[in-house]
Amino acid sequence: MKHIQTVNAPTLQATKNSGGCGECQASCQSACKTSCTVGNQVCESKK
Amino acid sequence: MNKEMSKKIHKFVQNGMYILLDINSGAVHVIDEMIYDIMDYFDGENDTEVINNLSDKYSEGDLQEALSELHSLMDINQLFAPDIAVPPTFKEKGLVKSLCLMTAHDCNMRCKYCFGDTGEYGGERQLMSEEVGKAAVDYIISHSGLRKHCEIDFFGGEPLINMPLVKTVTEYVRKREQETGKVFKLTLTTNGLALHDDNIKWLNDNNISLVLSTDGRKETHDNMRPDCGGQPTYDKIMKNFRKCVDSRHGENYYMRGTYTAENLDFTQDVKAMADAGFDILSMEPVVLKDSPYALTEEMLPEIFAEYDRLTEFYLKRHREGKGFFFFHFNMDLSNGPCVAKRLAGCGSGHEYYAVAANGDLYPCHQFVGRKKYKLGDVFNDLDEGAEEITRYFRESHVLNKDKCKDCWAKFFCSGGCHANADLFNDDIRIPYETGCAIQKKRLECALAVQATLALEKIGTKNFTPATSNC
Repeated sequence: MKHIQTVNAPTLQATKNSGGCGECQASCQSACKTSCTVGNQVCESKK
Repeated sequence: MNKEMSKKIHKFVQNGMYILLDINSGAVHVIDEMIYDIMDYFDGENDTEVINNLSDKYSEGDLQEALSELHSLMDINQLFAPDIAVPPTFKEKGLVKSLCLMTAHDCNMRCKYCFGDTGEYGGERQLMSEEVGKAAVDYIISHSGLRKHCEIDFFGGEPLINMPLVKTVTEYVRKREQETGKVFKLTLTTNGLALHDDNIKWLNDNNISLVLSTDGRKETHDNMRPDCGGQPTYDKIMKNFRKCVDSRHGENYYMRGTYTAENLDFTQDVKAMADAGFDILSMEPVVLKDSPYALTEEMLPEIFAEYDRLTEFYLKRHREGKGFFFFHFNMDLSNGPCVAKRLAGCGSGHEYYAVAANGDLYPCHQFVGRKKYKLGDVFNDLDEGAEEITRYFRESHVLNKDKCKDCWAKFFCSGGCHANADLFNDDIRIPYETGCAIQKKRLECALAVQATLALEKIGTKNFTPATSNC
């Protein structure tokens, strides 16, 4: 495309009825730990 | 644009780059200025209206070409993707997979911003006993179901002042792993003051991940993180951290800092960490109420400008071959968590508990000492009525919180920190607004960083907008 560059292969729609295995790392949202915000994580099953 | 469609996208300019995020697919598009302008009007089916509104600025041919590209994205669900509901895989009840052990309600430092009252957590100074530690391990094993991966974080206060407990729990974990097939990840968060050759060796030999706390520049650190006698600690802890990180070959650690109202130029603190030879870094905004060190709404413009500078610095170092990991800029946009995880968030109160030194269970380490959130204890499980609290935490996800439902950042931040929401609003479903504002800015920076790196990797770094804001 000339006006748009998509930089990722998004997965949200693909997992709206799946996922949930829960094997991923916990993700603290607070400031006192290194807040492993969810958006910074990688899915454990895709590692 | 009609209001419903505008809730499905977020567009912004960061470090000179125009970016369009499709919220419900997670697609990140780097766009030019024309598309950026078009998205003020375009709702998927009003091409004529868009052309009429922008014909003074762009030619009709160019607009039609751009609109055609947008329709192509819609065809593959990467623009205006359908709303997301709670997935069927998001179970009603969470399985406990992570515990934070408050190994010591005591500390050998007196950091001025400590949320745990320098270790006391609103109670008495106390060390966790071996009995409590082992019961906590049994608790997570019996409450994690078929889940293979579990986590324990040795936290405090300062966990190194209760090293016998850390060792006993670790040995017990390894024994129970053999018996159950579970795999534990163990982490220890330390201020570094009590690190020495022997415990460094033990931590390395036992594969304990480390979170190392320092605030960056010597003057920043010494201002906020004195020892119990009020003496500076920077020189001591940096010497220990150097030895420790070198001994584990620069791996399996994070160095984290906290910025406050006193160092809003925190890029200099990140730089100080990087220049000291550490390259796995994090810098967090302090969360305080009614404190001279607190971050306030009035400081947000300065904080946002500092994140712009941090982004520039991060990319500059990366391009010079002297790059470092900065936790909040790390983001795998193509292999991120599933929707269920994004709803579960940190898991506080349903997948993640803190165990106080006396064995009491709380939704997370930040809630320890807030009496109304005591859930039970590791010996007797949840108290009567506590299941209601855990259910409330489970259901307090972004699709149930009024302020999160329509926020573009909801699938990245998962609604923010419940403890902070409780601290500021006395309700875990009303997010802490200053924290949200900082989080959103940080996410825009992270998305810009990832977009920049992705474009540079595929060799289209010349795809830059015609104009920029910096």
